[in-house]
Amino acid sequence: MPASLSPFPGYGLGLRKEHYRDFLESAVPVDFVEVISENYMVPGGQPRHILRQVRERYPVALHGVSMSIGSADGLRLDYLQRLKSLVDEIEPLFVSDHLSWSRIDQFNSHDLLPLPYTEEALDRVCANVAQAQDVLGRPMLIENPSSYLSFPGAMQEWEFLAAMSHRTGCYLLLDVNNVYVSAQNHGFDAHTFLEGLPHERVRQIHLAGHSQGEHLLIDTHDQAVNASVWSLYAWAVALVGPVATMIERDDRIPPLHELLDELALARTLGVAAGRQRRQYHREEALHAG
Amino acid sequence: MLAELQRDFRHWLIQALPDAAERLGGEAGLAIYQNNYRTQLVGSLKASYPLLQQWLGEARFLATAVWHIDRHPPHAWTLDAYAEGFETTLIERFPDNPDVHELAWLEAALGQAFVAADAAPLPAALLAEIDWERARLQLTPSLQCRDICTNAEAIWSALWQEQTPPEAEMLAEPAGLTVWRRDHTCQLRQVDTLELAALQQLQIDGSFAALCTLLVSLLGEAEGLQKAGALLVGWLANELIVGVNTPSTAEVMHHD
Repeated sequence: MPASLSPFPGYGLGLRKEHYRDFLESAVPVDFVEVISENYMVPGGQPRHILRQVRERYPVALHGVSMSIGSADGLRLDYLQRLKSLVDEIEPLFVSDHLSWSRIDQFNSHDLLPLPYTEEALDRVCANVAQAQDVLGRPMLIENPSSYLSFPGAMQEWEFLAAMSHRTGCYLLLDVNNVYVSAQNHGFDAHTFLEGLPHERVRQIHLAGHSQGEHLLIDTHDQAVNASVWSLYAWAVALVGPVATMIERDDRIPPLHELLDELALARTLGVAAGRQRRQYHREEALHAG
Repeated sequence: MLAELQRDFRHWLIQALPDAAERLGGEAGLAIYQNNYRTQLVGSLKASYPLLQQWLGEARFLATAVWHIDRHPPHAWTLDAYAEGFETTLIERFPDNPDVHELAWLEAALGQAFVAADAAPLPAALLAEIDWERARLQLTPSLQCRDICTNAEAIWSALWQEQTPPEAEMLAEPAGLTVWRRDHTCQLRQVDTLELAALQQLQIDGSFAALCTLLVSLLGEAEGLQKAGALLVGWLANELIVGVNTPSTAEVMHHD
């Protein structure tokens, strides 16, 4: 079982190149930044250099998109070793990737493809998570993905996440937008999803925007967080307590102040939900007493 | 079962096979994944070859990208690597346009140099005590070079500076292109075939003596040795040399 990870109750942003200068030349009011691991898993040059400089100023979370934790034919050791090298240098707050798969045999789709929530898939995912954690020498955070297709399975997604976390000791990265998108696309109740998670295993929350496709919602990360997602976030924080929370924007990157405004709202809602949560626990304790 | 499902998904993404789609179900969702897959790959090629895209025109570039994507599914863990095979496709699709091949090579080389391993330049002072007979020079890991026959360098430079590029034309004499990185900035320089041959000789094993032998064979003793010295001075000034060692003593001198 890997070592435990303490909660980090801060607020952060995904670091994108459009904002490198802001982060390096001014004191941006964030508690941490998150970077896409693969962008820095390179031998050298400016990307690694900038990341080192950013790391001197802010705690950094590494968020991957290419581990392919659900691959039926296992993980690629060369990928894990490159990631390990980055982890050893950056000493990140968290190392995360997605509950999805991208690669089978020699084919890599470069997309976060959906898994069936079956016992077979759970065995494979758990073996892969365990291998990754062994190589990295630390527990991972696994994120719930957005999906546009579901398969018959023995479990719901939240049950699968809970079982995976229980069996491997990994933690969870709760993407509230992804819960909302998948709930709308597959017709389940987002609140049931949130209630079904092992709340004590959640260490990070992602907030992002989505778009309406022709038939389904699409996780585009190209616009502001939607009001329904904010509402779900408040509910989520009340359940999981204060954990690292961030705004994730990958396309149509706005000026930094717009993202900081969104982050301020996350902070306000998070603090309020935390207060309610403490009040609830106090009343529960009094009741029990 | 999981592996079968994932292979069906692969068939759907690469070939849009209807029977694979039927086994997977969910037509609307599959269309989104198919669109994401192709959009990502086109985006990756556009990001790797921005000036080639301008040179070919958007429609021709896109048609070539689609042709490439249909025949070459991605294999590597990083999307950046998808650009590597595109040059071969360009040679197939534009067999009579060496300007296109050379421009593509140039953009790919610049992309690779940008993230190549770091290496500090060798200070000239460290060469003072070297035994030149045994000296092995280490070139910067970002260096790439090749022969060219067109004005691809001039086309690239004009496009980079957002100026009207010249018409493609054959060079009066063959030449070489070198791409490398100084600190964090990529460099590009067109060189004559003699310097190209000298660099390619040095890339074999770094032997300065072998370099001198080559240049003497091409230019005669006096001029050959003088040229070797002049090239070395230029390479040091351009930060192409990052280390030197003398193998017989196993003494390695690196400047880190």
